[in-house]
Amino acid sequence: MSAPLIKVENLSIHYPLGRRLFGQPSVLKAVDDVSLSIPKGGFFGLVGESGSGKTTLGRAMLRAAPITSGRIRFNDGEVDYDVGSLGKAELRDYRSRAQLIFQDPYAALSPRMTVRDIIAEPLELMKITTSRAETDERVREIAAKCRLNLEHLRRFPHAFSGGQRQRISIARALVCRPKFVVADEAVAALDVSIQADILNLLKSLKSELDLTILFISHDLSVVAHVCDEVAVMYHGVIKEHAPTRTLFANPQEDYTRRLLSAIPSLDPDHKLTVQRATAD
Amino acid sequence: MTALVDVENLTIRFRTDEGLITVVENVSFSLRKGEVLGLVGESGSGKSVTAKALMHLNAGNVVYDPQSRITLHTGDGAIDVLSLKTPKDLSVVRGGAVSMIFQEPMASFAPALTIGAQMVEQLLIHTDMSKSVARKHSIEMLDRVGIKEPDKRIDQYAFELSGGMRQRAMIAMALSTNPALLIADEPTTALDVTIQAQVIELMKGLVDEFGMGILFITHDLGVIAQTADEVAVMYLGRIMEKGPVREVIRTPAHAYTRGLINALPKLDDLDAPLAPIPGDIPSPLERPAGCVFHTRNPELLPGSRYEREVPPLSEVSPGHFAALFPEDLPGRA
Amino acid sequence: MKDLTATVATDQRAKEAYFTASQSQLIWARFKKQRSAMVAAVVLLTLIVSGIFAPFLSPYDPTIAGRNKDYTNGAPQIPQFCDKNGCSWTPFIHALERERSIATNFRWVTKINEDKRNYLVLLPRGDSYELFGFLPSDVHLFGVEDGRIHLFGTDEDGQDIFSRTLHAIWTSLQVGTIGVFIAFVLALIIGGISGYYGGWIDGVIQMITDAVRTVPAIPLFMAVAAFMPPETSAEARFFYISLILGLIGWPTLARRVRTHLLTERNQEYVLAAELCGASSGHVIRRHLLPSFTSYIIVDLVISFPYMVLSETALSFIGLGLKDPVSSLGVMLQKATSADVMLNYQWYFIPVVFFIVLVMAFVFVGDGLRDAADPYAEQKK
Repeated sequence: MSAPLIKVENLSIHYPLGRRLFGQPSVLKAVDDVSLSIPKGGFFGLVGESGSGKTTLGRAMLRAAPITSGRIRFNDGEVDYDVGSLGKAELRDYRSRAQLIFQDPYAALSPRMTVRDIIAEPLELMKITTSRAETDERVREIAAKCRLNLEHLRRFPHAFSGGQRQRISIARALVCRPKFVVADEAVAALDVSIQADILNLLKSLKSELDLTILFISHDLSVVAHVCDEVAVMYHGVIKEHAPTRTLFANPQEDYTRRLLSAIPSLDPDHKLTVQRATAD
Repeated sequence: MTALVDVENLTIRFRTDEGLITVVENVSFSLRKGEVLGLVGESGSGKSVTAKALMHLNAGNVVYDPQSRITLHTGDGAIDVLSLKTPKDLSVVRGGAVSMIFQEPMASFAPALTIGAQMVEQLLIHTDMSKSVARKHSIEMLDRVGIKEPDKRIDQYAFELSGGMRQRAMIAMALSTNPALLIADEPTTALDVTIQAQVIELMKGLVDEFGMGILFITHDLGVIAQTADEVAVMYLGRIMEKGPVREVIRTPAHAYTRGLINALPKLDDLDAPLAPIPGDIPSPLERPAGCVFHTRNPELLPGSRYEREVPPLSEVSPGHFAALFPEDLPGRA
Repeated sequence: MKDLTATVATDQRAKEAYFTASQSQLIWARFKKQRSAMVAAVVLLTLIVSGIFAPFLSPYDPTIAGRNKDYTNGAPQIPQFCDKNGCSWTPFIHALERERSIATNFRWVTKINEDKRNYLVLLPRGDSYELFGFLPSDVHLFGVEDGRIHLFGTDEDGQDIFSRTLHAIWTSLQVGTIGVFIAFVLALIIGGISGYYGGWIDGVIQMITDAVRTVPAIPLFMAVAAFMPPETSAEARFFYISLILGLIGWPTLARRVRTHLLTERNQEYVLAAELCGASSGHVIRRHLLPSFTSYIIVDLVISFPYMVLSETALSFIGLGLKDPVSSLGVMLQKATSADVMLNYQWYFIPVVFFIVLVMAFVFVGDGLRDAADPYAEQKK
């Protein structure tokens, strides 16, 4: 196994929920003492239901959520960062190495910018390119990789369907050539046929651009298809963490089994097993 | 089993600035008592618009073609839904004989009223129960859908309940008037899988218990496989394939149905590649001529007659139809 | 066949134009489809232009300097082409004659001499004025050969109501513009800080905003009116009125700016920019400002009639602008006495203009608001 690209050690993220007059101030433990490491070149799945803390964990790795305690180490061979305590210049550099792909392809693109400007924005912000021609070159290169029609770069997002918007969103995340990408429910809002297309695109981009991907999803069957390692999160805690095949063939935790059995199967004669372990 | 709803040649258009947009075209299906009919389709397939037509709920700029007919068979005879006009007549299909549950239960409960207040109000409108009887009945319904301590929950507000609870309360409300037909529009899409499984199980149990018909709308073939008896696959407002759920899913006759199934990640075969349907859904402004799916059908050769002619719904096997010309049916080539 | 390819090509071009259309182009395209808003926009533009060119379009000076002391409380004079003596190609009015005799009890009485025609002329020289404040001129659009023409009649001082109305539109628009501008700048800064930073800053600012909103306008105006010495010049009064309107008007606008910002601030594309290390300045300039310029323009247009209304109301109750200045409020104030209502109904002509102006603003504002929602078309 290759060296970890990102390593999370005993990470906790707590949010205050308002103070009571007496007693302990109550906190929401969005992430509670989580440790995991993602190997370089890995396609790592993070699965959980709503409120499990998976999004918060992903954001923390991008320095977009406050860390209460614990450490996040990022080492891509060129730099070795403690993500929680980056200086200004280091943070800018880190931003070009770690990027985010959003869930909602409609909210993630500014309706007032052309596709070209949207994809070029990270380059301009991080001052990666020096001339307009160079920026255009980079934009066209990544747009082609994301299978966008280069003729369409002049258009505004309102001209595109959900699947095409998601490709624009991916192109923007990848234009600064990051090493690490967090895909937060990147296919949850898409129709199945487009979902398959975007998943295939992510897979091919990963090997082509040598990416490491943290794939956050509520959908176990999607994760099973693209990821090589999966962690199951529940109420801020990682319940189980194993290579995909091991986890799906032989789930250890009760909660994982419950999740797996709840997935509606395509076989009409296969019975859904409903467990009412937790009363909601 | 007796027919509950017959939808015949339903064509729905919307008047817009760009002209008439066809959203549903020549759709026919029928639903029997005690049966779950799944309506599957991607976004823009017209499945929700079809469902709303059953309650005559579509927006003001809707145009139904004259040969469209929706007939609802209730205990008091047949009702031609599309000819209903007055609010009094419409109340039969809106909350009376037909109830609807939605994707987002939060949006269908008024935030300032307790769940009980809304359930009782609905019963007072649609039945001749007295207020106290209606309240008792509401508590009973909440109990039926598996809500614990229903006499306490009834005085709570929707935001005080969890997502799964809310969806249950919504189902209880929809069923309290004892509708003959329940329309469920993506009722499990916003829920977590574990809760989705509970809601699916609940709905199946309720069909057995109450014997009403359910029109179950979803984009998820897996959910359909687990709930429906019959399924109709829609694409761009047309039915591509319909029939018993086992046959349609196991031996799909239409390329679109096969495409949907192949695009779905399957847990029992992790090595199967995900095969997306090529191309993008055309905008509703440019409906393809002939078979609406021909622009994305990888199995068609250029110049095929599907580009010009609309294929009829041909019978693949008894009760199983696909929008194909008879010579293209599986087993005939 | 050729036709077909041609239409397909134009179709394609039209679609490409739509796909590459920017937000403002889309708004304009949608706005154009609304007939009432377009009509209102044309009316509004006409009113604004006639306000700007008021000194040129009006035949006389609107102040006491331009009065016709021989024709006080005079009825409107409608140009005509025909009279009992036949017709002419040039429109004319009948001449007026004043006489005092035994028959009139030795009072001056104005009579219309129907035998004497007074023809209209284009571009006569008359009272001097400065167009746009710096172009001195004495040419007016129209006048009559001899004597004077009062299209809308005159008031009790003999001032031409037509000239006054045109100037009044301009004055009211100016007060409105300055008021809206002050309110807008305040709203943008205060609402912007509040919405962008949120948290306790937002809380404090919202408290202040609410406090300002509770200040009742009329008593405040009375206090200011009492504070203003009676010898305050018309220009100073004008300035104070605008200032007060602006200082009173910002909270509503600030709230809207804040709400826009709070929603836009949490959009994912803003987060995307921040994850690329965007500074607050970049986020505000590149994403937030463009995202609500359309809304702000709409808000400005919608709040404009309230400014005009407030100015009018103030002047009407005698706390705002005073007579030498022509504003719609001042004109309205004159139309209140029973005498006017019974005998000199033409005093009400400015009222019509006032209503049309406010309505035009409201309709244009409504049309813009409907057109500005970027996703309105995609919703079913």
